[in-house]
Amino acid sequence: MIQSAGSPAFGAYVHVPFCTKRCDYCAFATWTDRSHLMDEYVDAVCIDIKRTFASHPDRVATSVFFGGGTPSLLPAGDLVRILAAIPRVDGAEVTVECNPDTVSLAMFETYVAGGVNRISFGVQSMVPEVLESLGRTHNPESVGAGVLAARAAGIARLNLDLIYGGAGETVEQWRHTLEATITLGPDHVSAYALTVEAGTPLAEDPSRHPDDDDQADKYLLADEMLTAAGLLNYEISNWASSGQECLHNLLYWDQGEYFGFGCAAHAHVGGRRWWNLRTPDRYIAAVSTGDSVEASFELLDVGTRRIEALQLALRTRGGVPVSSLSADDRDELGPLLVERDGRLHLSLEGRLLANEVAVRLR
Amino acid sequence: MASLDRFRNLCIIAHIDHGKSTLADRLLELCGAVDPREMRAQYLDSMDIERERGITIKLQSVRLEHQGHTINLIDTPGHVDFGYEVSRSLAACEGAILLVDAAQGIEAQTLANCYLALENDLEIVAALNKIDLPAADPDRYAAEIEKVLGIPANEILRISAKTGEGVEDLLNAVVERIPPPEGDPDAPLQGLIFDSHFDQYRGVISSVRVMNGTLTTGARLRFVQAGAVYNAEEVGVRRPDPTPIASLGAGEVGYLIAGIKDVGEARSGETITTAAHPAPALEGYKEPKPMVFCGIYPIDGDEFPTLREALEKLRLNDSSYTFQPESSGALGFGFRCGFLGLLHMEIIRERLEREFNLSLIATAPSVQYVVHKENGDVITIDNPSELPPATEVAHIEEPYLRATILTPTSYTGTLMELCQNRRGEMIKIEYLSPERMELVYELPLAEVVTDFFDQMKSRTQGYASLDYEPSEYRQSNLVKVDILLNAVPVDAFSMIVHKDKSYGYGLRMTEKLKELIPRQLFDVPIQAAIGGRIIARETVKAKRKDVLAKCYGGDISRKRKLLEKQKEGKKRMKNIGRVEVPQEAFVSALRLDD
Repeated sequence: MIQSAGSPAFGAYVHVPFCTKRCDYCAFATWTDRSHLMDEYVDAVCIDIKRTFASHPDRVATSVFFGGGTPSLLPAGDLVRILAAIPRVDGAEVTVECNPDTVSLAMFETYVAGGVNRISFGVQSMVPEVLESLGRTHNPESVGAGVLAARAAGIARLNLDLIYGGAGETVEQWRHTLEATITLGPDHVSAYALTVEAGTPLAEDPSRHPDDDDQADKYLLADEMLTAAGLLNYEISNWASSGQECLHNLLYWDQGEYFGFGCAAHAHVGGRRWWNLRTPDRYIAAVSTGDSVEASFELLDVGTRRIEALQLALRTRGGVPVSSLSADDRDELGPLLVERDGRLHLSLEGRLLANEVAVRLR
Repeated sequence: MASLDRFRNLCIIAHIDHGKSTLADRLLELCGAVDPREMRAQYLDSMDIERERGITIKLQSVRLEHQGHTINLIDTPGHVDFGYEVSRSLAACEGAILLVDAAQGIEAQTLANCYLALENDLEIVAALNKIDLPAADPDRYAAEIEKVLGIPANEILRISAKTGEGVEDLLNAVVERIPPPEGDPDAPLQGLIFDSHFDQYRGVISSVRVMNGTLTTGARLRFVQAGAVYNAEEVGVRRPDPTPIASLGAGEVGYLIAGIKDVGEARSGETITTAAHPAPALEGYKEPKPMVFCGIYPIDGDEFPTLREALEKLRLNDSSYTFQPESSGALGFGFRCGFLGLLHMEIIRERLEREFNLSLIATAPSVQYVVHKENGDVITIDNPSELPPATEVAHIEEPYLRATILTPTSYTGTLMELCQNRRGEMIKIEYLSPERMELVYELPLAEVVTDFFDQMKSRTQGYASLDYEPSEYRQSNLVKVDILLNAVPVDAFSMIVHKDKSYGYGLRMTEKLKELIPRQLFDVPIQAAIGGRIIARETVKAKRKDVLAKCYGGDISRKRKLLEKQKEGKKRMKNIGRVEVPQEAFVSALRLDD
């Protein structure tokens, strides 16, 4: 580990494309039939990391995020082996996404020994019927057990990921999920409106598509209950107790820089965004032959970069300069905006209609 | 000059799908007019639209040779919209083949055209076609023709244009029964133009029947009704390929090219004579009179100049529609167009889109109303937005039609109900045969142009047929229903309707628009109103959620593009009373088939 406090913020994202079951709303790059590739995949990721940092010796990660897929499906030793390959500052934030089904105290102890200090649980709901309708394999009890295990291993920072607004979920069920989540005392909660992504089985079944008004009601309920529990909204779908915001995700919204490792991972450095080959097979093959793992890229011109920065900032507590909206638009958007400290912020109502504001940014 | 005795001029009167084009194909083959290698189905159908729809609006006329006789085959348009053109075609003939589907019997419009032919003293040779079909019942339909037209059943031929069976007999009967033309070859030239179309290389090509005198290539011609003078650049006959000849004598039929750029100068019914020895006009000329009107707008406002050019160009080919610029708050700049009927409107619109690559919106069809104002003024309007405020209107008159429907008797009830719903007044009901009925109604044209024809067809599984002719203007209790979006009237949706139907229209439009207008940042009232009185209301509730739930590393580019798309979409919307309305909403709301 590199002892260099005060390094500029820089992230490393590691994609783990394995799941035991595919949820029918999920459009991520993940596979249920490639677990035989795990060893090769871990090796390839380690090689990719070493090569990439070798050609950018000045880069040091201030945050690392293992996402998926289901990173907790990797043997813990393999995961920390990848982590060890990433040059990072002392005290860097290291998050691993976990499925409550696949965790244990021993696993978390290995994580902690390797430098992991933050866990994000894919909880989604605390109601068995809702979990089932979302196609999730775990039950609510395993969430509590997982949280206990993580804490027992010494991990203080915990995020619980929730999904609301699936077909058939009642407002009372959602309230129960929020209550049960708050009872577990996380320092961070992400709550996402279920979104229909093209190409998923959910997209094919309009009868199960979410209702905007229902999701709006549930968002308001979430904000009310999480705020009352001391978790403050700092991005449209994220709430945290003071100082426990996810640094890695803040990097995305601050148009910060990061590398992406593993298949389908995205990176952003110096106004260039690129993303890796989508399948683990092709990623492994490219690494082994020494070819580039990059699938494609985009270069942002100054104007696009500026608008993108505003669109991202608008989603966060930081807001945007007053001048980024015309007086007419500010007038029209009225109650969606709050002016504070010379900046414009989304009101609670405005967070639900953020696109309407974002398309008017100039 | 050849004796007129060997000439026969005739037309085919047939309903749309009774086999007219197929019969024409067989006649061409039988008379050796087309090389078998060049033969194709529907040989004489001139437009792609006709071939695709399998309907013939009008065939090209053609000259055939059969056993020493010269037969000029002239077509009559197979649709009620073109009744006047039919009368001009009939005026060029001495006889007609009445072609009737042996499985369906005679249709209303065929019957009407036959009556017209009989009034013009044309000899009718009747034939039942499609006798090869299992469902053919020639005995029954021969008896029916005998009853309604007085043609003895034993004189009615039985043919299959598809297999060729009986077609030669038909040709022989034509030669035997139809008299040769008459005409004075020594009199000054009198020629009847009965069809004109525009060719981009040759200009207007007209079909002409010489009544008296001789039409000679190179002659200086006077077009009597148009008041114009042109040179006869080329005179010829179609065999079916155009073949120039030196002259056409009295009683002959051929084509004329005279360097004319606009078919409006050589309309059906026009009389041609020579400038040197002018003869008077032939009887029966009428200006085409539009009956159905609508606004036509480009979906993309930038295409307005292209639309203007297209309307001007197409009019060289079809002078029977009218257009003048108009503007709509909802649809932008477009044209108010007048048509002979609904099919005519559809054809012109489709040709504009297809031949000029335009995307168009058409407003709901309207008829021409006569408005009597309180101050004694009388005005004519064909656009609801021209209707003066109700306080200034004494009363309104609307055009009526006399409609004849022929139907199997089992559908009589449902058709009477349809006519009643459409404010029809029954004039006559009569059995044509034990199985078929004739209904005659006086109906408001406005009720017919909405979807009367489709309704009639669907209620009778396609078995009923319709013919109509303009009747009179009648005073009706008419009101204008306005549709308001966020309290602002949308002119494109205004409609003049009978008071008893105003509520239904208001309800239907507000309900339809509620589904079509996307939720906005505020509640949007959609109201239907007569004058200041609201008769129906729906509300599009303000939208509450429009946000992307997740925006992490892999999402950023994609979400930025989504927002760009959303922004582009906003630009394409029309703003009406602060409401953003997508173009598709107008297109769907104005679609008739709801």
